Parts: sequence; structure tokens; C-alpha cells
Amino acid sequence: MNWAVVTPLLIFLVVIFIIGMWSSRRLSEADGFLSDYFLGSREFGGLLLAMTMVATYGSASSFLGGPGAAYTIGFGWVLLAMTQLATGYFVLLILGKKFAIVARRYNAVTLIDFLKERYKSKTVVLLSAFSIIVFMFAAMAAQWVGGAYLIQSLTGISYIGSLFIFTISVLVYVTVGGFRAVVVTDAVQGVIMVVGTLVLLAAVIIAGGGLSNIFADLVAINPNLITPFGHDGSLTAAYVSSYWILVGVGVVALPQIAVRAMSYRNSTAMHRAIIIGTIVTGTIMLGMHLIGVFSRPVLPGVEVADQVIPLVALEVLPPWLAGVILSAPLAAIMSTVDSLLLLVSSSVVKDVYINYMKPKATDQQIKNVSMGVTGVIGIVAFILAISPPELLIYLNLFAFGGLESAFMWPLIMGLYWKYANKTGAIASMITGIGSYIAIHYYNQAYGDLFGVHTVTVPVFLSLIVFVVFSLIFKEEAYEFPTKNINKGA
Amino acid sequence: MEGKKKKQEWRFSVANREALIGCGLAIFNFIWWYGFAYGLGSKPPEEYTYVMGFPAWIFYSLIFGTLVMFVVVILVVKFFLKDISLEDDDEDTKEDEVMKG
Repeated sequence: MNWAVVTPLLIFLVVIFIIGMWSSRRLSEADGFLSDYFLGSREFGGLLLAMTMVATYGSASSFLGGPGAAYTIGFGWVLLAMTQLATGYFVLLILGKKFAIVARRYNAVTLIDFLKERYKSKTVVLLSAFSIIVFMFAAMAAQWVGGAYLIQSLTGISYIGSLFIFTISVLVYVTVGGFRAVVVTDAVQGVIMVVGTLVLLAAVIIAGGGLSNIFADLVAINPNLITPFGHDGSLTAAYVSSYWILVGVGVVALPQIAVRAMSYRNSTAMHRAIIIGTIVTGTIMLGMHLIGVFSRPVLPGVEVADQVIPLVALEVLPPWLAGVILSAPLAAIMSTVDSLLLLVSSSVVKDVYINYMKPKATDQQIKNVSMGVTGVIGIVAFILAISPPELLIYLNLFAFGGLESAFMWPLIMGLYWKYANKTGAIASMITGIGSYIAIHYYNQAYGDLFGVHTVTVPVFLSLIVFVVFSLIFKEEAYEFPTKNINKGA
Repeated sequence: MEGKKKKQEWRFSVANREALIGCGLAIFNFIWWYGFAYGLGSKPPEEYTYVMGFPAWIFYSLIFGTLVMFVVVILVVKFFLKDISLEDDDEDTKEDEVMKG
């Protein structure tokens, strides 16, 4: 085992645990367990809000899968990755202050709380909980695999052993601390990610002998690497542009992101978060993917795409620094997993258990069930990750697309269109999920329909269906309550 | 009641306007990104011109484009976004509670 690399990583894990413990002490002091465990009592400022959004979104695919793909495909993939710049400003501006105000009046703690109150339909709630549980498992398994790969390439422990270490660290951490612990450590992890990206980028450029050398080498390997069309010329403009929906504007509909858009303290916090979020997302995405391409001449012949970043860091940096820098992807993976885990358990506990099984559960019962469910989900994800699929980026993107097809229009139309109603929402969710899965298998068998990513067609279809069904089964125009729904009664 | 309703609509219309600004930013971002990438990058790699060590399409679309978005987002936040309260009027709530009590 390479102790010079492992020591900084261990220090990182210990610090994260200490923060988790500290947050959980705050948790026992706070009055509402549910709202604090799942939402941190809506008190986050601008820096925390921005960092938690970036850290939640920036996952194994931004640090391992994405740069690995850029290594193989070239600048075409960097171009594709930069569609994610929009997430920095778009989510907060679109959901915006209206979502924050309405969520407060509804006492909403999760995305499903919002949908439940807006559409007042059991079917909508159950469909939402179902899609969160199914697609989140796909997303989570991908992160589990990424985390285990990373620990494996650093320590040399077997894959199963690494997976085990990863699972234990994440579970202890999330079950103890809840949302607040997750968000506070997200901020620490976000800072590590930015600094780590910049240091590694500089080191790779130096190791490659400067920009002009690197580009000359890339052209010598394959001139297509520096075109927007990919190493074999197969990335079309239409396909790359369709990623604007998948990882750009569509991110608005990811439940783990949307829940953060209701957690901030005031509009100043939101304004700062837009600026910080955009700069941090842009820096990390551009930096990491440039590192991926530039690694091609520096470290030729890497077979497993997901291992490009760990290997190149060990190659170009002194061991201790590589350890520090590689805690960035570990940070990214952990913070994503934490949030996903929390989200799945909140769907099970709040949206299913409290809503339909035991409405009068006491705080202590809720607490026990929350922690128990979180634990069980973590263990199931561990089992799923034991025989991992090849490229984790695709598994992760599959989950992204599924969630977006399901939630995009019920969320946005519910917020901005007063004639949006439950029939429209149900029809739109079924169409979105159904057509997404159908087109996913069609594309796997016959190549991409219309030459665009799977998510594109379902997003448009579910919009049309939403509008048509809302108008056919027309209800009275919806007015948001003018004050908190509990105080109004 | 009437006054309160008006106030609410005012806050929602601020929020609606800002959502449209978000769409505008994304469209601007897309055009810049797409225009430079495929406008300058579609010729054969041997004919590429280089700017600061990068092929021109990479420099303008990815690197300069990202910096431009940083600046535009900062300007939009500073000059176009409004500081509004997200809570409902505190004094009203207190009054309600007093009346109930």
C-alpha cells in the first residue's frame, strides 16, 4: 500500500466524519427532526447553497467517467461536457424565488411534498416515489462503483474490499448526520474539488511540455481528437446539442437538485449561489475534462476509462499531493451518494410511510425508521455494485434521463401554469418514464433515434401530453395559497 | 386582504421575470457555445488557427465562452435580480396568532 497517497485520504475521511458528528449534535438541538434531517431547516447561505448544488451534481461521472471519455474521444467530449455550465445559473433562476416561497407555504421538505400539495393526488405521489426509488438506485450504484474503483486504484485493496470500506464510511456518515451534515461537508468537498482541479490541470500541462507540445502530440495520435466531432468523427452537432437537455437545462428536474432550491435562507443567499455555482461548475467541468484530453499524450494506453484521472494524478504529482488531490473525486462521489441516499430514504419514509402507512408516527419512530431505511438502502446498493457494469457514466446518465422525463413538466408547469392539473401530471409522468425506457432500449438496439440522446424525445412528448391532458380534463385555474397552509386553517 | 393579494402577485411576477432571464441566459450560452464550436471547428484540423496555444474553436467556444458566461451571470445578478422576502409577512402572522389567542 502506498502510504504517502493513503495518509492524506485518511485525514480527509476523518475530518469529514468530525464535521458529521458536529452537525448531528446540532440536529438533536433543532426542534423539527424531519425538516432538519431532510432539509437543514432552510437556513443555508449563498456559499453553502452553491457548493452543495455543485457537489451533489458533480459526481463520479464528472471526475472519473467524463474525463475518461474525453481521454478516448477528445475535445468533442469536452464540448459536450460544457453544456453543464448552464446548471450553475439555470436551476436557481428557473425554480427561483417562486419555488422557495411556495415551498415555505406548503411546508414542503422534498420535491414530492410540493407535487403532493400542488396536485393533491395520491397517484402523483406514488408515481413520484416509485420513479425516485428506481432511478436513484441506478444513479447510486454508479457512484458506489466509482468510489470503490477509486479506493482500489489508490490502495491496491481488492474491489470488494474497497467497496466495503466505501459503503461503511458513507452509511455511518449519512445515518448519523442527515441533510445538514451532508450540506456542510459538501461545502468542504466543493472547495477541495476546485483547488484539486486547478492544481492537477497545471501539473498535466507542465508534464505534457506545454500547450503547443500537447496539441502537436494529440494531432500526431489522431487529428480528430482536436475537432468537435470525436475521435472517429461520429459525434454529430445534433447529438452533442441534445446534452443541453440531459445535463444542462434538464437538471432542474432532478429531485436531489430541486430540493436544494428550497433550502436557502433568503434572496441574497440565492443571488450569491448563482454566481459562485456558475464559476465553480465552469471551473471544475472545463478543468477536469481538459485534464482528461491532455492526459492522452502524457499517459498513453490507459485501458479503463474511469481510471485515467487517478493514474494521471499519481503520474504527474508527488505522492502526498496526489493523495490530497484525489480526495476531490472521492469527495464528489461521497457527497453525491450522501444526497441520493438521503433522498431515497426521504421518499420511502416521508412520502410512503408517513403519508400512507402511519400518519401519526411519533418523532422517535420517524427517526428510527429514517435511519433504518437509509441503512438498508445502502446495503442493497452495495450488493448491486458487486458486479459493476462497464462504464459508470452511462448508468448515471440513464438515471438522470429517467428522472428528468418524469419530473420536468409536473414541476415546472405546476409552478408556472395555473391550468396544470393532476390528470396532466399523471399522464405526463407515465408518458415520460414509459417512452424513456422504450426509447432507451430502441437506441441500444438500432442506434439513436433522430441522432439525439434518449432523453430528448420523452421530454418533448411529456410536455405535449401534459398540456393536452390538462386542457381536456380542465379544472379551475389554480391559485397558490396566500399564506402558510397550516396557519390558514 | 386585497392589499395582501397584490403584494403576493408582485413577488410572483418578480419571480416569473427572473425565470425568463434564466431562459435568456441559457439561449445566449447555447448560441455562443454552438456558434464558435461548429463555426470555427468544422474545417479539417490542419487548417485550424491557434489562439493562445489552443485551436481557435476550443479557445472561443470552451475557454473564452466560459469566462464570458461568468461575467454575464455576475452582471445579471447584480443589475437584474431583485432582493425580495421569501417569508410571508411576519407581522401579519403575529397578528393572526394574537387574534387566535
